[in-house]
Amino acid sequence: METRNILLTGVGGQGTITAAKLLTQGLMEEGYDVKMSEIHGMSQRGGTVLSQIKYGDKVYSPVIEKGSADLIVAFEIMEAMRYLDYLKPGGKIVVNDTIIWPLPVIIGAQKYPDDILKSLEDKADVTSINATELAEELGNPKVMNTILLGSLIKSMDLTDINWEQIIRDNLKPEFVEQNIVALQRGINLV
Amino acid sequence: MKKLMTGNEAAAQGAWEAGVKFAAGYPGTPSTEILENLSKHKEVHSEWAPNEKTAVESVSGASLAGVRSLATMKHVGLNVAADPLFTFAYTGVNGGAVIITADEPGMFSSQNEQDNRNYARAAHIIMLEPSNSHETKEMLKDAFELSEKYDMPVLFRMTTRVCHSKSIVDCDERIEVKDKEYVKDPAKHIPLPAFAGKLQQKLFKNMDEAVEESNNSKWNIIEDNNSDIGIIASGIAYEHAKEVLGDKASYLKIGMSYPLPEKKIKEFAKLVDKLYVIEENDPIMETEIKAMGIDVIGKDLFPQAGEMLPNLIREKLLDESFEVQEPEDDKLINRPPSLCAGCPHRGLFYTLSKDKDLVIYSDIGCYTLGATAPYNAGDAVLCMGASISGAHGMAKGFEKTGNPKKVVGVIGDSTFFHSGMTSLLDVVYNNSDVCLVILDNRITGMTGHQENPGTGFNLMGEVAPTADIENIVKALGVENVRTVNPNNLEETSEAIKWGTETEGPTVVITRWPCALKRFSQEDIEEFPEMYSVKCQVDTDKCVGCKLCLKSGCPALAFNSTVENKSGILEENCLGCQVCLQICPMNAISVVEKGV
Repeated sequence: METRNILLTGVGGQGTITAAKLLTQGLMEEGYDVKMSEIHGMSQRGGTVLSQIKYGDKVYSPVIEKGSADLIVAFEIMEAMRYLDYLKPGGKIVVNDTIIWPLPVIIGAQKYPDDILKSLEDKADVTSINATELAEELGNPKVMNTILLGSLIKSMDLTDINWEQIIRDNLKPEFVEQNIVALQRGINLV
Repeated sequence: MKKLMTGNEAAAQGAWEAGVKFAAGYPGTPSTEILENLSKHKEVHSEWAPNEKTAVESVSGASLAGVRSLATMKHVGLNVAADPLFTFAYTGVNGGAVIITADEPGMFSSQNEQDNRNYARAAHIIMLEPSNSHETKEMLKDAFELSEKYDMPVLFRMTTRVCHSKSIVDCDERIEVKDKEYVKDPAKHIPLPAFAGKLQQKLFKNMDEAVEESNNSKWNIIEDNNSDIGIIASGIAYEHAKEVLGDKASYLKIGMSYPLPEKKIKEFAKLVDKLYVIEENDPIMETEIKAMGIDVIGKDLFPQAGEMLPNLIREKLLDESFEVQEPEDDKLINRPPSLCAGCPHRGLFYTLSKDKDLVIYSDIGCYTLGATAPYNAGDAVLCMGASISGAHGMAKGFEKTGNPKKVVGVIGDSTFFHSGMTSLLDVVYNNSDVCLVILDNRITGMTGHQENPGTGFNLMGEVAPTADIENIVKALGVENVRTVNPNNLEETSEAIKWGTETEGPTVVITRWPCALKRFSQEDIEEFPEMYSVKCQVDTDKCVGCKLCLKSGCPALAFNSTVENKSGILEENCLGCQVCLQICPMNAISVVEKGV
């Protein structure tokens, strides 16, 4: 099969790295060759986070080229726009309909732009989900990332993998059940 | 067993499997997680050294004692360790010794883009370069074999994309390598001029023999795809090239990259019509291959600066590019790195930003961000420790130029231990009129919270003696020392005024633990009130003057609750109360956590 490319993006602290970890573990156990690239360094909170995941029969470069991502999952709407150039023509975007103010907005120097979602929808096949709100409804704001992971799995047609087991094997026991519920919730949204 | 691992995790696994018993390094992106992972294995004594020089020296000692030993550092760290490295190459090893240098093409979190393949050439030692995680693990094991076979420390070069990307690793068991016996041998280990010449000849002879090793190395592989085009590449550049070009090119993948396999390169050159060297940063292989009399294309086509990404290879060799939809610029705002909410550096930099007559020589750490908006409190940064010696030099220079400005050096606790202490001795010994601020947040922050001699823990998680900065400063001869709470603006401002107005060297220590660190018992006893409250804005009192925003705190958000008023994002606030002290309207107050 041709290599598939998924880009996960969000803001530091949103749990993108945990979602990427579960995803890549599931893909490996399914027998795919998997590579993932992350750039992290400075430990301050609040910066852009980017995880690039590639899987297929044989993957060489861990880096996704611009114009070649099958799917972008953005945990925050501006981050979807920031990495739009990675999306391949006909690719999909799953976006968490939530806003996190960047520092220039916080300090009142700039205004958070209007209509990002609308402008994304004009350009690509966008599924917008309010995973932040849904996670709160489920009783734990932190499962927002697992809801989005569920939507990712459905969008990439990966629901045959035993994700429940992957969650059991990789998360602390006290978080397993709520994450399984969250994952299913995300799957059902797409 | 198959596992998904980053290159750094794989390096730790490889060192463990190779039977390593001693490892030392200094944290630095992208190398940090190697030792963090290795320290989980109790067969290995793993430690954070105060700096890279002490790490390599300890490794040379452990190797001499007879055990396999590993040093890890980021690329600029090898500059600090260069002194022991060059002579270690002469004296050689007893137990195998490997030094991992993690280079940063792309400079994601570094101050320069130096190419440490140059060090292998300069020190005349073997270099290996893996391109993915599994290879990192296997190649590192081989590095110890080569170190022992050729009696030299082996330099192992990783780069950010290898260190921080995950791929599948087949894990093995640890090999229990027999310890080497220690035999006193001054002619080998004391490089007096009489011995050093012979040691140098031994090194040169071993490197001559290593050329044949390189020609036959399993890490230098020809993949003949019957193509007219030949690619010579090492490290991540090979993976990128293979991804883009697939079977359209033949490859010579270089893993043992110094000394280069001359015979194999010549053999490969004959197989193809057009030969390209795809290498990140300096044209090192290109220059050496050209010197072999072989015609190759390299930096005439590819840039020397930055990462060698797949799209570049696609563009240059296939004249192709993917269709790209550009983001709308007016919908994007940068997320620049900033000091975290509750960061104890905030109070200091807010204070320093008030005095425009100060010249501030900063250093490497989170606090480098003090030079950015809204503080703009920084004039220069160079390398670890330069804040103190740089400030010293500037003060001496200003004496000559007649510039009346007062020079302030700012340095973090870990950086002070790394290489600030000798600089401070310089300040005292040669008596300059500088004010130095040591930002003691009790941890190595920027790289992700590694222990240091002031933390109270070591890398193995054991309780360790805590270095006392105030007493160190006094012992180095500074008479005027003050320790302050940086979250108290009046106290901090008074101390900076005192420090800059007092003649001769002064030191102000700002002491408050990083909000993200694991607190030691001493921290809890010393700072019982820390992070126990939050702040809130009374929007009736707030007049929207924005003065509080000068604190640069990401928990403060203008317009967040009421239009044209400040607000505090409750989930982000850690209650440092810096904004509260800045507010001229007394609109900010303290509330108990959870209220």
